[in-house]
Amino acid sequence: MLSSLQRLGHNALGFFQRLGRAHLLLLRILEGQPALVPKFSLVIQQLYSVGVLSLLIILVSGTFVGMVLGLQGYNTLVDFGAEESLGVIVALTLVRELGPVVTALLFAGRAGSALTAEIGLMKTTEQLSAMEMMAVDPIRRVLAPRFLAGFLSMPLLAAIFSAVGVLGGYFVGVGLLGVDQGAYWSQMQANVDLYDDIYNGVIKSLVFGIVVTWIAVFEGYDAVPTSEGISRSTTRTVVHASLAVLGLDFVLTALMFGE
Amino acid sequence: MMNSRLVEIWVGIFVAAGLAALFMLAMQVSNLSTYSNDEGYEISARFQDTSGLKVRSPVTMAGVTIGRVKNIHFDEQTFEAVVTLRIEDQYREVLPKDTSASIYTAGLLGEKYVGLEPGGAMKVLGQGDEIRLTQDSLVLEKLIGQFISRFMDDSGDN
Amino acid sequence: MAGDDNLVEIRNLTFRHGAHTIFDNIDIDIRRGSITAIMGPSGTGKTTLLRLIGRQLQPASGTILVDGENVNRLGRSALFELRKRMGMLFQNGALLTDMNVYDNVAFPLREHTRLPERLIRTLVLMKLEAVGLRGARALMPAELSGGMARRVALARAIALDPMMIMYDEPFTGQDPISMGVLVRLIKDLNDALGLTSVIVSHDIAETSEIADDIYLLSGGKVVAHGSREDLRNSESEWARQFMHGLPDGPVPFHYPAAGYADDLVNHNGTRD
Repeated sequence: MLSSLQRLGHNALGFFQRLGRAHLLLLRILEGQPALVPKFSLVIQQLYSVGVLSLLIILVSGTFVGMVLGLQGYNTLVDFGAEESLGVIVALTLVRELGPVVTALLFAGRAGSALTAEIGLMKTTEQLSAMEMMAVDPIRRVLAPRFLAGFLSMPLLAAIFSAVGVLGGYFVGVGLLGVDQGAYWSQMQANVDLYDDIYNGVIKSLVFGIVVTWIAVFEGYDAVPTSEGISRSTTRTVVHASLAVLGLDFVLTALMFGE
Repeated sequence: MMNSRLVEIWVGIFVAAGLAALFMLAMQVSNLSTYSNDEGYEISARFQDTSGLKVRSPVTMAGVTIGRVKNIHFDEQTFEAVVTLRIEDQYREVLPKDTSASIYTAGLLGEKYVGLEPGGAMKVLGQGDEIRLTQDSLVLEKLIGQFISRFMDDSGDN
Repeated sequence: MAGDDNLVEIRNLTFRHGAHTIFDNIDIDIRRGSITAIMGPSGTGKTTLLRLIGRQLQPASGTILVDGENVNRLGRSALFELRKRMGMLFQNGALLTDMNVYDNVAFPLREHTRLPERLIRTLVLMKLEAVGLRGARALMPAELSGGMARRVALARAIALDPMMIMYDEPFTGQDPISMGVLVRLIKDLNDALGLTSVIVSHDIAETSEIADDIYLLSGGKVVAHGSREDLRNSESEWARQFMHGLPDGPVPFHYPAAGYADDLVNHNGTRD
């Protein structure tokens, strides 16, 4: 009984310590952002490995999610004779929810885990220590550009996901199922609001970008420097980032669309 | 490592694609094209019942959208709803003073919108003017209620 | 000042890792221009000592002076300035894996100087020539053998012309040839560039061949100190055991345990 209480206390302390370290790290990463301006090529490099390399999975998933939405939406709406609203359903679902959320989940799996593994490996092979001894701050040189790249990539990826999804829905709804193409677009335009829907969607993906990249970078930097430690950190990145995205999505949705 | 020129080109493509997607969402998917921010002028109208009408619902005349609902609030003095309409700039000084406003429903269950019908006056509505003639939103429950009570009355007569 | 010919002076250093005391009040001097070897059995915290000198770790108490500056009192920018004058060779080289050999050696130059690329090229080729790997400049770290990776790391460590280099286990896991190459390199660089070298190692033969001064650490203490001859002829049990590689002695063969017979009889042993 007492020992299980002790274990609880031990775990809680460990958790808060990690939380504290994570926040300190975030602070130092943010502190390092201005120094990136003259070294933007570092960020470009990371935009490539974080953004461009995630492009394919985003394009493919976006298209299929849009097509499924088109199919499902049509089948439901046609019962009410409201298949003209297909565009609205597809666009709102994508722009408000699925675009930011699914992109963030895919991003956590594709780019987040890669970031963690890369940084963890650099730690394990003493590359980070070596940088420190060369008077180069690894947080500024390694973590800060990766963080910025993640933050910038996420909204772009989410926008691409939503745009491709709308086209996928168009392909199924208009191309295959015969919804009127004018109705698809005009209903969409009449009911999707720039501020309420698109803008809020972008805000969501910015927040997800920060959180997912933060978790990924922290887990890598905080990894136990063994191969087992890296693999555990990588798993934790995906799990924690996904949970954080889903939890935050609820909070953000309640704040934005709750009224 | 890939050569840095290729990396930069790819990143360029990625950023351009992302911005293009954002642009498409703004222009093609959302109502930005029908959005006119601070252009135009405001007129108001009082209704007994505005249920279903929302901020940014369309304001139409002869079926053409000429503005949007800007604001809806409740007047504690008269227990009426005051609806502020923002009319696009190109229709400045064309709506007659005795234009009437009604709240309609697009289709049977669709969105509510404000329909304007022109009167015959020579004077025109300007910034801050109020529309005098209004007709309320049709509430389905009330309509059914009226229908049922008339039906009951009719059957009672026979 | 008494310590003027000492580049590094460690006084009353105590360092703990959790409840475990790694160093217990030790003193070490490293003379300018010399090669000092820190030796001892595995697990005595030799690498930790190097990290303390570079202030990647903070001691519990005691002072570490490097070139007259107390490293534990330095502010961040002063510390970074000092680190630019210290090179460190990590056990496996710690080359940055996303850059080729050339860019690795150029890394500290590009980070800390605004030299034009033409001059950097000259410097990098010079340093690579010194370690005999000018021909390998286009290779990626993954394509290098362990010995080559260490030589590249050495070229990187001397890129900024430091005053001292710390070697963390430079000979571990090397074949005799590359071991010989590294030994020669360390000695030659030390003499040619006027460096001060600190080698942490447990390869007695190779290290003592070039070391001017040897410190023997065990159990958190300096157990012996002197030149190679001093230690060879030392009466100290520690020095004898370590220098001659005896299996038993002050460093026991057996990990501390209860009596063997008791252990065998006691069937509940797993519970305690």
